[in-house]
Amino acid sequence: MRAATAKRNDELWRRVAIAAPYLWLLVFFLAPFAIIFKISLADPVIAQPPFTPAFDDQGNFSATADNFAFLLTDKLYAVTYYRSVLMAAAATLLCLALGFPMAYGIARSNSSTRSLLLLLIVLPFWISFLLRVYAWMGLLNNYGVINNFFMWLGVIDQPMQLMYTDFAVFVGLAYSYLPFMILPLYASLERLDIDLVEAAQDLGASRTRSFWDITWPLARPGVIAGCLLVFIPAMGEYVIPYLLGGSESLLIGRVLFDEFFVNRDWPLASAVAIVLLLLLVVPIVLLQRYHARDQGSVA
Amino acid sequence: MKDFIRISGVSKHFGNFVAVDNVDLDIGKGELFSILGASGCGKTTLLRMLAGFEIPTSGTIEIDGVDITHQPPYDRPVNMMFQSYAIFPHMSVEKNVAYGLQKERVANKEIHRRVAEVLELVQLDQFGKRKPDQLSGGQRQRVALARALIKRPKVLLLDEPLAALDKKLRVRTQFELMNIQDELGITFVVVTHDQEEAMTLSSRIVVMDSGKFRQIGTPKEIYEFPANRFVAEFIGTINTFDGTVSQANEELIRVNSKEAGTTLTALGKQPVEVGQKVDVAIRPEKIFVSKEKPENTEDTEDTCIEGVVDDLGYLGNRSLYRIRLKSGKIVQVSSQNRRRSVTRFLEWEDKVWISWRPGSTAILLD
Repeated sequence: MRAATAKRNDELWRRVAIAAPYLWLLVFFLAPFAIIFKISLADPVIAQPPFTPAFDDQGNFSATADNFAFLLTDKLYAVTYYRSVLMAAAATLLCLALGFPMAYGIARSNSSTRSLLLLLIVLPFWISFLLRVYAWMGLLNNYGVINNFFMWLGVIDQPMQLMYTDFAVFVGLAYSYLPFMILPLYASLERLDIDLVEAAQDLGASRTRSFWDITWPLARPGVIAGCLLVFIPAMGEYVIPYLLGGSESLLIGRVLFDEFFVNRDWPLASAVAIVLLLLLVVPIVLLQRYHARDQGSVA
Repeated sequence: MKDFIRISGVSKHFGNFVAVDNVDLDIGKGELFSILGASGCGKTTLLRMLAGFEIPTSGTIEIDGVDITHQPPYDRPVNMMFQSYAIFPHMSVEKNVAYGLQKERVANKEIHRRVAEVLELVQLDQFGKRKPDQLSGGQRQRVALARALIKRPKVLLLDEPLAALDKKLRVRTQFELMNIQDELGITFVVVTHDQEEAMTLSSRIVVMDSGKFRQIGTPKEIYEFPANRFVAEFIGTINTFDGTVSQANEELIRVNSKEAGTTLTALGKQPVEVGQKVDVAIRPEKIFVSKEKPENTEDTEDTCIEGVVDDLGYLGNRSLYRIRLKSGKIVQVSSQNRRRSVTRFLEWEDKVWISWRPGSTAILLD
């Protein structure tokens, strides 16, 4: 009898445990998403809240695709999305190029140095993100550290315009998100058995060949996770372009902010957000499916 | 060809640690040679130097007359079977096995033919399409073997090839390995810590300790005529008695031993002098145990000592006895259970005689 109760209790807890993440997803993702989606189908009005309700006084349902249509007609949005994808992709590639050798080095170091190096990777998180971006302003300024250094060297006699350029945004993004690339890469490289690489070399593969045949494919889950962790937040990043970027170099995060808070056009801003989400979700789903097929053939 | 592999004066230092200490070794073509030793004795380092994963601090390694000391692993006519098997988890069995040939840019048709051939050799012809995680331990071991054999290396290195298999499979695989080696005539160099494995597999064995070679010889030589105390105690079980040489001539060595309480004899093969301190060693299975004093021991050079049964153990095919001598020395005896019986032949504290022939002992100098 008691065993049966215990079993029923187990079953209950199992359900609770499974339900918890779904509940989280429902409350903090699906519900806000539904609200945003609803707003994106409304018209802007000067009122509180600043959009038309889904059901008017007579209970008639009203929805409009005008906001999405507007995104298509005004070239500004397409250009901004495109620029954001390029910028995020470039930052992701730089993170991968810097992060892979770093993660590899950490994974191959002995255990005491390893924990020190990992600590150094996460150490910047102890300092406020804003402060760290401000620090880059100090570095990139016309009379900042970098320009002063090169002028002192005599390489240049006029300060280079580094601040308020796309380059500054690119560097800032790569700097800020580098740890998110390194950590998942480290996790998959650390699991990689060095015997496999040696076996490949034993069978006639050069060092380069064994890297592309063995290390790279086995590190791929880490590469994919790291790229997503960098690319997704970099796409919607607002603070870095705002502080380091030029006023004319618009990225989608900035547009989103302006539509919401400057123009108070919530419906259009919601439409911008939903298109951004689609831009992110579609490649992720494709990647996941590709990855699942890959895993499926492994299993 | 006696010196197909020639290791001369090879040392390997890791910082202050000397892993391999100035060793010389010649291995003949087609030999199945084992490097035997406890973990940390330097055997794996030696194997890795043969494979090219470590460069010797000093000394040279030649294979088939070519100095390969500084060749990278991918240029050597040598393949290795890793202890972990190191099977590429993202490739099918076929792809794993074909990998070596692909790196050699062998034509696809030829690769297909040779993969099929070698998979048949290791009895995995039905498993080519499988992924490594769908294989049992024994099957993985054979994939690793097939992958290392496909390039027809001059030398195959095997790092603890059977350690990960369970006992029954180990014995079967052992004989399979020997058959394959016999069939292909490839020189095998096996690293193992398992003396039984080394004994059954090998044509010759080197016993290694602290980076040095303690004895090189056939399994029989190493077991029956251990060169020193380390080898004698490392391989199997052995009883040793310390004593002083009282007589030494061409045929016979006599050793006065307080521990044995008598004069021990050994056939004169070792260069010893009267008065020299030596150990006389005898294997447990060479000792005969009886309740009565054996006859005629006075006339022959047989050794015969009185003792009592201190402990005994029944192992099915044989029994182990620990016999306590008057000096307090414990002697281990192993005897075959030839007759079937439910009653014990000996009991605790029984008075017994242990005896052996002079040819059964070995003299250990250090």
